[in-house]
Amino acid sequence: MSSRSVWIMAIVFMLALLLMILPMPEWARPFRPQWVTLTLIYWCIALPHRVGVGTGFSLGILLDVLTGTLLGQHALGLSVVAFLSVQLHARIRVFPFWQQALAVLVLLVVEHLFALWVMGAIGQTPPGLTYWLVPLIGAVLWPWIFVTLRDVRRRFKVT
Amino acid sequence: MLAVALSLVLMVLDHRFAHLQQLRNTLAFLTYPLHLMADLPVTTGRWLTKATATRSQLVDENQTLRSLNLKLNAELQKFESLQAENIRLRNLLDASYKVGDRVLIAELSAVDLDPYKQQVVINKGGASGVYEGQAVLDAEAVMGQVIQVTPFSSTVLLITDPSHSIPVQVLRSGLRTIAVGSGRINELNLPYLPTNSDVQEGDLLVTSGLGGKFPSGYPVARVTQVNRAPDNAFAQITAEPAAHLDRSREVLVVWSVTSASSFENETQEAMPEPDEDAAEATTEETQ
Repeated sequence: MSSRSVWIMAIVFMLALLLMILPMPEWARPFRPQWVTLTLIYWCIALPHRVGVGTGFSLGILLDVLTGTLLGQHALGLSVVAFLSVQLHARIRVFPFWQQALAVLVLLVVEHLFALWVMGAIGQTPPGLTYWLVPLIGAVLWPWIFVTLRDVRRRFKVT
Repeated sequence: MLAVALSLVLMVLDHRFAHLQQLRNTLAFLTYPLHLMADLPVTTGRWLTKATATRSQLVDENQTLRSLNLKLNAELQKFESLQAENIRLRNLLDASYKVGDRVLIAELSAVDLDPYKQQVVINKGGASGVYEGQAVLDAEAVMGQVIQVTPFSSTVLLITDPSHSIPVQVLRSGLRTIAVGSGRINELNLPYLPTNSDVQEGDLLVTSGLGGKFPSGYPVARVTQVNRAPDNAFAQITAEPAAHLDRSREVLVVWSVTSASSFENETQEAMPEPDEDAAEATTEETQ
């Protein structure tokens, strides 16, 4: 992997992290899509031999520090999601868009389930039903994210 | 598998012990550029508004501030005589009292943290002398306390976070208790008061100063509902924070200075080390 590929990937992940903390109006805050998870899933599917559990874990730790959650809360979810996406990459790749979106929905829900479990374990007030709308929003956004990141990957020849 | 185990270990360590604070602070410092970038649009917008303000707007604002200043100064005269009286009376009782508080004005960064935790980021950090556990106020009342410090920013846990409790006192009756965050931005709970305790709707809660984190005597919240069910040992009391937790832009970080009765000599010594932001810091005298 050339150092340029690493840089492109790092920039994409940085943008995703930035989107997670960009200020939004108060009413929209609970609906923020899981940008980092979506980006991670894309790279795991596209380059499973490069991106994997380690990347997911490091991203999770950064996200925990950035958003002030318990250290490891996002790391746990993202590691599991990265593992599952790498395992399923061959299958998800050949799916049509809508079927891909469904698979991604499952992965996003898995991440949220782990986060919810951690919140429950440390006695934080459990979030309301809007919490489960977030993976749905992410799944709806998936085709656009997929196309955008695929273009980025081809344009800059990230391998 | 290793990553899962590692995350679990990290979570347990972070939740149960304070060992990871150093790691957290280092990582937070590394990710500080991201905070800056997220904050950039809002900062630029505010700078543009300032740069394009018309003369008449500025004159208007100046006038309003001038009249406000006059009014506040008039109130301060009364306050000063009251304070002198208070110190005299406390001297008679041989009681200790607070000499004063030093405050530093900080601004909230436009950064969204986890929506299910009540935290905000301010733009002053270790370089300005901010430390962990320090009290943070807005113009009206107590907002919360600092939980994480990096050199140029710090994270503040608001008093309404469910993991936050603050020792308070009912101003009218002097009753002491603890106010616990509810997780909602406009509500605090007072779960430890018996059904027959002397609390009414509309009572002001002020910090009691017990626990040592918050300086005493600052307003915290106003009681909005008292529910005394006869079959419960404790009354269900809710209060609304007096600070504008979701609206304030500027906040005050407080160093409280306490001393024994011979205060003239100790005032200077008890003051914390001045820093480069000393120009922004003022000394407020409170009883």
